[in-house]
Amino acid sequence: MLNPSEAKTVLETALLAAQEPLTLAELRRLFDEDIGADTLRRLLDELREAWQGRGVELVNLASGWRFQTRPEFQQYLERLSHDKPPRYSRAVMETLAIIAYRQPVTRGDIEGIRGVTVSTNVIKSLEARGWIDTVGYRDVPGRPALYATTKTFLDDLGLRSLQELPPLEQISSTLDLAPQTQPSEEPPAAAETAAPAAAAAD
Amino acid sequence: MIETAAANDAPLAPAAGPSNLPLLAGAATGARVATIRGEALLEMPPDLYIPPDALEVFLDTFEGPLDLLLYLIRKANIDILDIPMARLTEQYLEYVELMRRRNLELAAEYLLMAALLMEIKSRMLLPRPRALREEEADPRAELARRLMEYESMKLAAHKLDALPVLGRDFLTLEVWIEQAAVQRLPQVRTEDLIAAWQSLLMHARMTQHHKVMREELSVREFMSAILRRLHGGQFADFTSLFEVGKGVAVVVVSFLALLELVRESLIEVTQSEPYAPIYVKLAHAQSE
Repeated sequence: MLNPSEAKTVLETALLAAQEPLTLAELRRLFDEDIGADTLRRLLDELREAWQGRGVELVNLASGWRFQTRPEFQQYLERLSHDKPPRYSRAVMETLAIIAYRQPVTRGDIEGIRGVTVSTNVIKSLEARGWIDTVGYRDVPGRPALYATTKTFLDDLGLRSLQELPPLEQISSTLDLAPQTQPSEEPPAAAETAAPAAAAAD
Repeated sequence: MIETAAANDAPLAPAAGPSNLPLLAGAATGARVATIRGEALLEMPPDLYIPPDALEVFLDTFEGPLDLLLYLIRKANIDILDIPMARLTEQYLEYVELMRRRNLELAAEYLLMAALLMEIKSRMLLPRPRALREEEADPRAELARRLMEYESMKLAAHKLDALPVLGRDFLTLEVWIEQAAVQRLPQVRTEDLIAAWQSLLMHARMTQHHKVMREELSVREFMSAILRRLHGGQFADFTSLFEVGKGVAVVVVSFLALLELVRESLIEVTQSEPYAPIYVKLAHAQSE
């Protein structure tokens, strides 16, 4: 029977040497005797604590546990590579957000929300990244594919589940919460009431 | 500065057109900034200074008609739920006209939205019976819903983009360990050799002849004999290398020769699992 400190070292070694996140089930297989899920979680939490303050951290993701570098040190690591990874365009990010928050969605759903055609390249680049995939087809003419985000997406963003996505903001109907004007008929009356109302709130 | 912009043939900001002023000057601070074509400009429009060359870039930054509408609405700080359709439609069409005049590739979506805006506007202008007015929803409601849904996704996209992303903001850790990319060869422990040796000895004893002849046994000679046996790169059974009929001495020397060959890395001894047959093979089958 390993003592807790030895067990933690075993976990640490396995996690450091692993190529992929390790699940709790996999981590339990490291030990001869069955250590309970609670014990394992406690050991992992302690191990995570032990790595506090280092350039590397132990994280719990959708696919399991893994070690990764801390984002605040990325600027130094980047000096070793030639180019910075590019950022995704707004079209890609908005498409991704719609799939993440409204999944499963068809291309038509995405176009409905964005009000523009979704280019095939946008979908393809997200698929190539392994962040989205087709989970089915909607039973309407044309049987459009239904897209959803993958575990890789959660892993890559350091999330355990979709519930950990940033909460959607409650959109206020006006920026500064101007006092509501009376629902009125068409301008000029409407415009004239709206403008002073906004001005007053400024 | 203002005058220059106003004189420009293609007004850059909606504020440059007089028709837009009431909407855009909504967030007035009271102090007059400038006068354009007789109209008081109360606030410096934030996008007034976009140089003409930058226009295409500027218009390009919109992700579509909803994005453009949101920009117009948010900048003027008007209530999405109570959009002054006439002003908004006018401004929107001005942008569309700008894009058209600049020969920007005008996506069909922009024209579709223009048609929708005008439709809403006309529906609001048409008088209708009071009873019907009660029942019928505000024709702007659907547009407001779409705008809010789009804005919520737009903000969500921003937040997603702000999250640390693997490969961009952090990396995974990989301690380099040698993976079994090469074919794994069986491990032979010394005990296996001893066991094999003992079984040979036993076998030799059983078939022992009592020859009182003195044999000059050279380990080297046996080494060569073994190498010759193994010539061609074939595997040979460990036990087959011993001529047990020739007595213990021969077996012992054969074994010594074998050990010597192993020591000199001339042969390889393998065994797939404990107690399985042991095989012997030239270390470098291709070389002589």
